[in-house]
Amino acid sequence: MVDLSVKIGAITLQNPVQPASGAFSWEYNDVIDLNRLGALVAKTICREPRLGNPTPRMAETEAGIIQSIGLPGKGIDYFIEHIVPEYAKFKPPLVVSCSSESIEDFAALAEELSVPDVDVIEANISCPTRNATGGNFAMHENYTRDCITAMRARTKKPLWVKLSPNAGDIVSIAKAAEDAGADALVIANTFLSLKIRTDNFRPALGNKFGGLVSPALKPIVLRMVYQVAKQVKIPIIGIGGVTKAEDVVEYMLAGASAVGIGYAGFRNPTALITIIDDLEAWCDERGIKKVTELIGAVKDQDMETDTLAAASVGI
Amino acid sequence: MTIRPVPPDPNHNYTNSALRTGDVDPYPQRQVGEFIGTVVANKWVNKEYKHVILKVHPHALKAYAGQMFHLLCPSPDGAEVWMRRPMSVYRVDKDAGHIEFLYKCEGRGTRGMAMLEPGDDFNVTGPLGHGFVLEPSWRNVVVLGRGVGLATLAPLSQLAAENKIGVTAILSARHPDVVMSRDLFEGLGAKTMTVLDSDGTSAVDNVEKILEGLIAHGKADAFFTCGSNRLLKLMQRLGKKHNIPGQVAMEQIMVCGFGACYVCMRTFEVDGQRLLRRVCRDGPVFNLQEAVGW
Repeated sequence: MVDLSVKIGAITLQNPVQPASGAFSWEYNDVIDLNRLGALVAKTICREPRLGNPTPRMAETEAGIIQSIGLPGKGIDYFIEHIVPEYAKFKPPLVVSCSSESIEDFAALAEELSVPDVDVIEANISCPTRNATGGNFAMHENYTRDCITAMRARTKKPLWVKLSPNAGDIVSIAKAAEDAGADALVIANTFLSLKIRTDNFRPALGNKFGGLVSPALKPIVLRMVYQVAKQVKIPIIGIGGVTKAEDVVEYMLAGASAVGIGYAGFRNPTALITIIDDLEAWCDERGIKKVTELIGAVKDQDMETDTLAAASVGI
Repeated sequence: MTIRPVPPDPNHNYTNSALRTGDVDPYPQRQVGEFIGTVVANKWVNKEYKHVILKVHPHALKAYAGQMFHLLCPSPDGAEVWMRRPMSVYRVDKDAGHIEFLYKCEGRGTRGMAMLEPGDDFNVTGPLGHGFVLEPSWRNVVVLGRGVGLATLAPLSQLAAENKIGVTAILSARHPDVVMSRDLFEGLGAKTMTVLDSDGTSAVDNVEKILEGLIAHGKADAFFTCGSNRLLKLMQRLGKKHNIPGQVAMEQIMVCGFGACYVCMRTFEVDGQRLLRRVCRDGPVFNLQEAVGW
């Protein structure tokens, strides 16, 4: 028997596999047993009701899909009254992602979302199509610090901060979030992207820019998780390109305590459950009793390299 | 050891992943499943369309007219096909354990699908969404479709035959070679009429005359359409004029298929107010009068 449970601050997850915000809703209960998941992660909620972006909202590219949805939703009041109870029917902790265009409103959202059935608040300060001063605060160290400080002052719930892969120096931004009181870091959101159609010369998405969602992100985000894990003490949830159990292992070796999955659940609705089962089997086969043994277990101190050919590897 | 919702029975293959034909379904009450079907046949019906027959797990046979499956198409080239392709079911053959799709080989997904050979695996998720609904009070209904939209409407004839409702199917196409589903409609007792671009009979004013004739003869208790914006507008206009209810099957680029991602939005108008709905979960069949078209 393998112990798959992991702790993210005060919260215990029964396993380290959870859906990524935006790629999941309770409606997946039609096809999988939601009680098997590590956590339930609701789609990012905003204060105001929003229709979202013009269609098309998704386009295929050579190396994944790009999408720009525009955070549609019926607003925070409807969310608390009608959507939270849908999630409360299931056992895993509920992570509620939220977004706003101002720091003051982010802080107010944190307070208003601190209701009993919400277990974690995820600050989505990295929506790639918002601008750096209007909600995509994770593009900048100071905005991140200000936003998370303000949210921290208004809630006692565990606060996870979703970082942007589009920022130049994610390590400094991660440290700013930690200093401001984040309980965990979610690394990362989608990569800002563009596709132009060659048949009509127009951008393929109604909103022009979109976020790239793809297994191709894994080595890039894995590198970010590795770099950040060396510099912060709080847990990390790695998100980017996980499609199989070995990808979860890789993220954990790099220093993540859990992973979020988006694309794989789109491709195979049963993927998250398969990955949980496969992860257990993977640990079992290797005599790993607790999955937490993998966290940060990458062997990077005694690398046998040809010193003449070795290039600088950064951190 | 893995956690199973049903105690494992050594005589059966339990799985939490995609179900093959012989697998025991650990969640028989669930509406939707991910299935690995086996291709029984995949043949051309004309120069543009193919018809694929899949042997599937019995759970998948719950599908009815207007519902969709989300198909994980093989790649037709060296690159990946990233997303599934939503497709309405063409026929459900419960006795044989088959589901069937009729599709136009057009984009990368359907071109990849065209390469499937008998015996190949084909991963499908479904049935998804709400299909067509027939009211018991209806005696005769009119089905009007064009192109691949006729594949969506074809199983309605099966549903109507089971409910002893007469069907008049008006099949619109560019030319006689690509008239779809005629045999399936007629085999189930539907009266069919073909209108073509090649002889001008598919023009909206001619189709309008045909519809008015059917209405006058009491053959139109309800309207059903798919596949043409012009024909949707025509049925909306005549439906309003004669107070005939109707349903339209819509399509849109789709990602998750469960209502989670909000990619497959279409605009609708209800009581003068415009709103967006998800084709995958709120549809794909909608009230004819509420659809704004595309």
